[in-house]
Amino acid sequence: MDFDLTEEQSLIKDQLDRLLKDRYGFEDRKKYMAAAEGFSPDMWSAYAEMGLMALPFAEEHGGIGGGPVETMIVMESFGRVLALEPYFATVVLGGGFLRAGASDQQKAELIPGIADGSTKYAFAQMERGARYDLAHVSTAAKKNGSGWTLSGAKSLVLHGDSADRLIVTARTAGKPGEEAGIGVFVVDATAEGVSRRGYPTQDGLRAAEISFENARAVHVLGDPGHGMPLVRAVVDKAIAALAAEAVGVMSAMHALTVDYIKVRKQFGVAIGQFQVLQHKAVDMFIATEQMRSMAMFATMMADSDDAAERARAMHAAKVELGRGGKLAGENAIQLHGGVGMTAEYAVSHYFKRLTMMNTLFGDGDWHLRRLAAMGGLFDKAA
Amino acid sequence: MDLRFTPEENAFREEVRAFFAENLDPAVREKLKSRDYAGKADLVAWTRILNAHGWGAPHWPVEYGGTGWDPMRQYIFLEELQKFPAPQPLAFGVNMVGPVIYTFGSKAQKERFLPRIRNLDDWWCQGFSEPGSGSDLASLKTRAVRDGDHYVVNGQKTWTTMAQHADWIFCLVRTDISAKKQEGISFLLIDMKTPGIEVRPIVTMDGGAEVNEVFLTDVRVPVENLVGEENKGWDYAKFLLGNERTNIARIGVSKQRIARIRELAALEFSDRRPLIEDERFREKLAAIEIDLKALELTQLRVVAADAKRGNTGKPDPASSILKIKGSEIQQATTHLLMEVMGPYALPYQPQDEVGRNEPFDGPDYAAPTAPSYFNNRKVSIYGGSNEIQKNIIAKAVLGL
Repeated sequence: MDFDLTEEQSLIKDQLDRLLKDRYGFEDRKKYMAAAEGFSPDMWSAYAEMGLMALPFAEEHGGIGGGPVETMIVMESFGRVLALEPYFATVVLGGGFLRAGASDQQKAELIPGIADGSTKYAFAQMERGARYDLAHVSTAAKKNGSGWTLSGAKSLVLHGDSADRLIVTARTAGKPGEEAGIGVFVVDATAEGVSRRGYPTQDGLRAAEISFENARAVHVLGDPGHGMPLVRAVVDKAIAALAAEAVGVMSAMHALTVDYIKVRKQFGVAIGQFQVLQHKAVDMFIATEQMRSMAMFATMMADSDDAAERARAMHAAKVELGRGGKLAGENAIQLHGGVGMTAEYAVSHYFKRLTMMNTLFGDGDWHLRRLAAMGGLFDKAA
Repeated sequence: MDLRFTPEENAFREEVRAFFAENLDPAVREKLKSRDYAGKADLVAWTRILNAHGWGAPHWPVEYGGTGWDPMRQYIFLEELQKFPAPQPLAFGVNMVGPVIYTFGSKAQKERFLPRIRNLDDWWCQGFSEPGSGSDLASLKTRAVRDGDHYVVNGQKTWTTMAQHADWIFCLVRTDISAKKQEGISFLLIDMKTPGIEVRPIVTMDGGAEVNEVFLTDVRVPVENLVGEENKGWDYAKFLLGNERTNIARIGVSKQRIARIRELAALEFSDRRPLIEDERFREKLAAIEIDLKALELTQLRVVAADAKRGNTGKPDPASSILKIKGSEIQQATTHLLMEVMGPYALPYQPQDEVGRNEPFDGPDYAAPTAPSYFNNRKVSIYGGSNEIQKNIIAKAVLGL
C-alpha cells in the first residue's frame, strides 16, 4: 500500500497549483465568471499547454497515459480554487466516454481534439422527470441510412452551452427506465436540429437545456442497443473525480474558516479561542479528512472492471460527499457569521459548490439507498 | 499511489489467519463473538501461545522480543486479531508500560519486566486517573515521599481497569509539590502485593466490574522501581498516551461487530421478514460502514506515514481523528447490535465466566447486546475524552 504520488504526479500537481495560485485568486474568478463563456478561455489554453487535457489518454492519441490518480490530483486542485472551466465535462465525462466506448478509429479521430484543448464536450443525459435515474431516457434515436438522428430534450447539461460536441444518451428501443435499448451518441453541438439555452447554476458554473429535432449523430459509441454499462462506467469515474474535487473545496473552505476565526475579534479576543467554535472547526477538519480517504478509495476503484464493486465504492463516496460536505459547508458559514452570508466573500461560494455537487449524479440519500439495497459495503469479507 | 496491499502483505495476512485458526481455542473465539469478552485465564493462555511463536509483543524492537514487522504488518496483525476475533494482548503491558520501560527504564528493569510482560507472567494495570483528576490528569494528588531506599506512597487511583487481576500497577505519583503541576510527577512501578494496597470494584451500568478504585496507604516502593528520572513522569506519560496509533481506531473490532450485526439481523424477524431485509435498517448499517471504510483509509494513511518516517516523528495530523471517529463508530455498532435484538435486549443477565443459571426467555445471543452498548459509552471517555481530543486537534493541528 502506497499513498505517495510519483515524481511525475508531484510535478503535475506542483505546476498546476502554481498556475492557479498566480492566476486563480477569488477576484480573478469573479472576472472569469463574467465572461461570455462563464469561464476563462485563457486558463483553458493554459491547462492545455500544461498537458492537463491530454492526461488520461493513451500516447498514441496525443495523450500522456495517466489514470484515475492524475484525475484526482487535477480535480482536487481545481476544487481548491473553484475553477469554472469545463474540465470535468470535457475531459472526465467526454474523454471518459471516448476512452471506454469509442472504436480505435473513433479514438484516433476524436481524442486528439480533447487532448490539445481545441474541442470541448458536454454530457447530455438528464431529462425532465428522470431525477437521478440514468436509464430514464426517452430521447429517441432513429436509424437513418448508415447513421442515426436524435429527437428529444435534455436538461441540466453541464457546460452544454459552451461545448463543441455533445455525448447524448438516446433510446433505440424500449421504454424510459429500462436498462436495455439505450445508445450513446456523439452530436455536433451546432448541428442542424440542435437548439441550446444556456444559464448559470447556483455555484457559478454553467448548464444548458438542449433539444434535438432530427439532429444527426456523427458517431455512435459502442453498441447502440446496450450503452448503459458504458454510461455507468463513465459516471462512476466521474463520481470519483467529483469526490476529489470535494476534497479540494472542503480543504480550502476549512483553511479559510480557520484563518478567519484566528483574526476575527469579539469580546476582546479572537473568536477562535472559544472552545465551542474550535470544536466546530475540528468537526470540519474530520469531515475533510474522511472525504479525502473516501476520494482515495473511489479513485482506487474508478477503473475497476467489477461493475458492482465499483458501484459500491462510488455510492459510498457520494454519501460521504453529501453528509460531510453539508456538515463542513454549514459550519463554515456559521463560523464566519454575517460575512459568511455575503456573496462578496469567498466562503459562501465554496459552500454553494459543495451543495450543488451533492446533487450531481445522485445525492447522498439516493446513493445510500442503492448501497443498502446492494447489501452494503462490507457484505463480502472486507 | 497504489492502495492495494502487496502480495507479500496479503500472504502475511493469510499466515496470521491460519495461525489463529489453528491455535485459538474455538470456545474462546465464540465467547468473544457473543460477549465481547474473554476471561483472565483465556487471555493468559492465548498470550503464551502467541509469545511462544514470537508474537507476544509484535511492535516492540527486536532486541526486546519484538518481531521487526513494519507498521503495515503490525496493523494487519491487529486487524486480523480483532476480526477473527482473538483476545488482544493486554494493552496495559505490551502497549503501555512495556514501551515506557524499554525507552526510559533501567537495564535491570528491562531485564526483569519485559520478558514477563510479553508472556503475561505479570498482569499490569494503570494507575493514572484519580477521583479529582480525570481530563486534568496532571492535577493528580497521590503523593510519593522518599524515605531511605523507598518511596512511601499515599493516595487513591480510580477507573483502574482489571486491577482485580493485576500483579503490578504503573502509577503517576507526585514527588514535588512545589513545582508546576506537570513537573512534579514521577512514574513508579508498584507490586500489587505490597502491604497498604486495597482494590475495590466499581460496578458499571452494564453490570460488569472491570474497573476499580485502588487505595494506597503508606505503600513502600523500592527506589529501584522509579522509571527514568524523578519528576519526569509527565513526559513518560505523554509518550505512553501518544504511542498508540496503529490500534486506537479499532477498525477490526468494528468490522467484526458489523459481521455480527449482519449475522443476527438475518435471524431476527421484523414485520414477518428478516430484519436485514428492512430498508431503513440496511441504510443505517450502510451509513456506519461508509464511516468505517473512510476511517480505515485514514488509519492506513497514518500507518503508511509512520512507516515512512520510521515511527519516530510527530503524529500525522490525520492520526488525531482516529480516536474520535473510531470511538463514535464503535458506539454506533454496539447501538445497532442492540437494536437488532429489539425487546430481547431488555432482560438482564449477570455477566460471569461460568455461564448463566437463570432461564432466559429469548435468543442466547441477545443478552450481551445491551450491556455491550452501555459498556461502550466508555470509549469516547477514556484515554482522553473526545472533547479533549478536539481540544488537542484545535491546538496542535489547526493552530487555534
